[in-house]
Amino acid sequence: MSTPWSLDGFELVCGLEVHVELTALRTKMFSAEPIDFGGAPNTRVGPVSAGLPGSLPVVNGAAVEAAARLGLALNCDVAERCQFHRKNYFYPDLPKNYQISQYDVPLCHDGWLEIEVDGDDLRIGIERVHMEEDTAKSSHEGDTGRLHGADRSLIDLNRAGIPLLECVSHPDIRRLEEAQAYLRELVAIARALGISNARMEEGSIRCDANVSVRRPGEEYGTRTEIKNLNSVRSVGRAIAHEAERQVRLLQDGGNVVQETRHWDEDRGVTETLRRKETLADYRYFPDPDLVAIVHPAGRVEQLRASLPELPAATRSRLVEVGVAASQAATIVAGDLVRWFDEAASMGAAPDAIGNWLAGEVTGQLGAAGLEPADSGMTGAHVGELLGLIADGSLSNALAKQVLEGVIEARGAKSPAQVAQERGLEQVSDEGELRAIVEQVIADNSDTVESIRGGNDKAIGALVGQVMKATRGQADPTLTNQLLRELIG
Amino acid sequence: MRSLVTATATELARRLDAGEVAAREVIDAHLDRIAAVDDSVGAFLEVTADHARARADEIDSRRAAGDDVPATAGVPIAIKDLFCTTGIPTTAASRILAGWRPPYDATVVRKIADAGLVMVGKANMDEFAMGSSTENSAYQPTRNPWNLDRVPGGSSGGSVAAVAGLMAPLAVGTDTGGSIRQPAALTGTVGLKPTYGRVSRYGIVAFASSLDQAGPIARTVEDTALLHQVISGHDPLDSTSIPEPVGDVMARLRDGVDGMRIGVVNELSGEGYEVGVSARFDESLRRFESLGATIVEASLPHAPYGLPAYYLVAPSEASSNLARYDGTLFGIRVDGETSAEMSANTRAAGFGVEVKRRIMIGTYALSAGYFDAYYQQASRVRTLILRDFERAFADVDVLVSPTSPTVAFPLGDKTADPLAMYLNDVATVPASLAGIPALSLPNGVDEAGLPTGLQIMAPTLREDLALRVAWAFEQDLGFSPIPVGHNTVAVP
Repeated sequence: MSTPWSLDGFELVCGLEVHVELTALRTKMFSAEPIDFGGAPNTRVGPVSAGLPGSLPVVNGAAVEAAARLGLALNCDVAERCQFHRKNYFYPDLPKNYQISQYDVPLCHDGWLEIEVDGDDLRIGIERVHMEEDTAKSSHEGDTGRLHGADRSLIDLNRAGIPLLECVSHPDIRRLEEAQAYLRELVAIARALGISNARMEEGSIRCDANVSVRRPGEEYGTRTEIKNLNSVRSVGRAIAHEAERQVRLLQDGGNVVQETRHWDEDRGVTETLRRKETLADYRYFPDPDLVAIVHPAGRVEQLRASLPELPAATRSRLVEVGVAASQAATIVAGDLVRWFDEAASMGAAPDAIGNWLAGEVTGQLGAAGLEPADSGMTGAHVGELLGLIADGSLSNALAKQVLEGVIEARGAKSPAQVAQERGLEQVSDEGELRAIVEQVIADNSDTVESIRGGNDKAIGALVGQVMKATRGQADPTLTNQLLRELIG
Repeated sequence: MRSLVTATATELARRLDAGEVAAREVIDAHLDRIAAVDDSVGAFLEVTADHARARADEIDSRRAAGDDVPATAGVPIAIKDLFCTTGIPTTAASRILAGWRPPYDATVVRKIADAGLVMVGKANMDEFAMGSSTENSAYQPTRNPWNLDRVPGGSSGGSVAAVAGLMAPLAVGTDTGGSIRQPAALTGTVGLKPTYGRVSRYGIVAFASSLDQAGPIARTVEDTALLHQVISGHDPLDSTSIPEPVGDVMARLRDGVDGMRIGVVNELSGEGYEVGVSARFDESLRRFESLGATIVEASLPHAPYGLPAYYLVAPSEASSNLARYDGTLFGIRVDGETSAEMSANTRAAGFGVEVKRRIMIGTYALSAGYFDAYYQQASRVRTLILRDFERAFADVDVLVSPTSPTVAFPLGDKTADPLAMYLNDVATVPASLAGIPALSLPNGVDEAGLPTGLQIMAPTLREDLALRVAWAFEQDLGFSPIPVGHNTVAVP
């Protein structure tokens, strides 16, 4: 995607802060309290995540491991020793009125993420990846939808204490497409690592953008931070809007004020949330409840060795076995790699799998509003479907109908089962088909004459008649062959 | 045979285990004692009579049925109101937690229940453990059983008063800068602050997390050791909990001090210490020599910086720990137009003066631009003090000093002068900052008949050594921990 977008000689300078919720973990960041995303509000809470007097945090080792693996996947150094700090501020969704986070000694630091935009390979620097606990979820009833001016605010503590990673990039981003590609790649990496379902629309990935503008070669301008970016699309829109706003300000002789701004998705504008002078002094200090995290010698290398194939390597591998590059990208971004590998292990041709996954499967799941992980399907369904096409049991057209049936059944039915139940098996029996073709020839003597007179294209009309008579199930190749043979 | 309320926990356990007395009798005797004297002492914020009787009956029927019951089952204990107790009000002596009933037990409370010890009540204290006289309780003062016009010390004033006043042979307190040792000294009881991390902090309302440590209080060293054994040990719910095993602290309790080197800390005696306190302390040194120990001079050069460092670290941590009391999820709520106003109104109404003072000091010390000069600098002083101790312990087995510079002072004497009150902690704070174990035991009375305390400080994890030295001293001194003199509680 290439947006025609000009900043009147100014250059965008942007860095992203991305929060990744570790949805794959079973317990919270600092307690053995269960994580269960479907739970009714305030049912997944214990003394620790409610911040009850006397409760104490204990670090979830699985969260540290997940954080270290993300850091390693982003080419970071993993600190052998790090610690947690308290970030002190008062807010109703923060039960202790401080958040346990990391400050000057994060777990991972100084890495990079490689992205591809318009054929260019770019490296976006990663400043740090650190661990923290999520806040409770508050919802505000009233006109504004925000705490300020709300009639009533409700708090759900289920989210309090869920392990969160914060990944901070350097201000290396210069184009909207880079910001979006960076975010998409980070999502793909989180999914490949199996640490998060990484869904922006559900809040398991949250992104803030730091935006400034400058004339190329000048010092960095004053930046603003934009919050409430809920999709890759809104990241692009918000950064574009904010950069244009700053350029207009500067061109009119004004100054950019360092502040936090809120992205209003419906109105397509950013608005002041809070100014620097009213920003909290977080009074960071080392959390005395938590001892330092020390990785035993060799542990980091062990984790590095255990990293799975990362998205860039997966895309290369798929391309090497014959999948088109754009399809490989769709498969990786769509969390369909495992399906690809499962289908391939069943003998399906890679290019066919690529076509189907990037095309029909992605399309139908999207139309049904389903993520692959929620569809009930596996790669085995796809492999079987492609097998039925390959052995002539299904035409492409029939296979699409079968896929619909499989998705409707949420994977509870196999493609063969769907095909049988719906009577969608291809008619490939020569005897059966020959009788139907003979009938069609007898009923359409004019067309037959026209074909014999040299109008070869008219044979299509007869194929259509055969398909009509078989409700689309006739093997198209065999039908063609029989028609030509019998017309002579 | 001593009466049930003057008996030690060890003696009660022996009689309970032998079937000579029922748990219900022991508990009733102590509840009767509380009913008789606590109106004048004020040791308890909540007497858990129904809970105690039910537990006692349960223990008696289990013993009668021949179940395997710990020998200590049925011995009464007072629990400082800083420990969470399921379903039983836990207030930290603060208005802001009025009526709060925790949904869970502190690890210490669970261990106490596992040993069959029976809680008779929640003991009064300075609000959030901030204070040295128990006058900062939002609910009531506690009076010293040795002289009812005097304070029992603090912050564990209710716990020591319950033990000295014969309302329980055992109590648990917490010590952040001296809150077990100083009140133990002022009430003629024994109190141990174990090594930081020895006893789980899980379920103890936090004051200053890097210093808070729970510990036992009793009338004898043996009982103190017994309770230490019950409550200490590793807890996976507290990440600062020490994994090393506690060992059997009783095994060498009676081995004496013959041949030991005992260091006298130069910086923790002399000027500022009352005459009676100094006199008893000097005598204690001669007593140790008569028991075969060698007395040597020792120095903790950075100890004079302990008090200022403590009064930066503790309030800083407290300012963060106490942020959660905002009226949202637990405790009292005073409404406001906005959530920020509600929080401010709740805190204004719910916290006492001393708590507010420390929150202000701590918030200031942690602020951007001041953090390095205050909190960081104080943390460096802690490191220096720890090194002082390590150097000293290379030459001696234990270190001794007076526990408190004064004996029990009259109620109201120091409430108007916070700095005078803070000076009570001058001798106890160094061991707190270093995280080492330290114990206070009775060292006779001054000319007015008020108890003085001897502090014994031991190397990290060596509670056993502090207890052993204390036991030898206690046996030789022959001090009776039962209050005597005019204006004391009546002794049965």
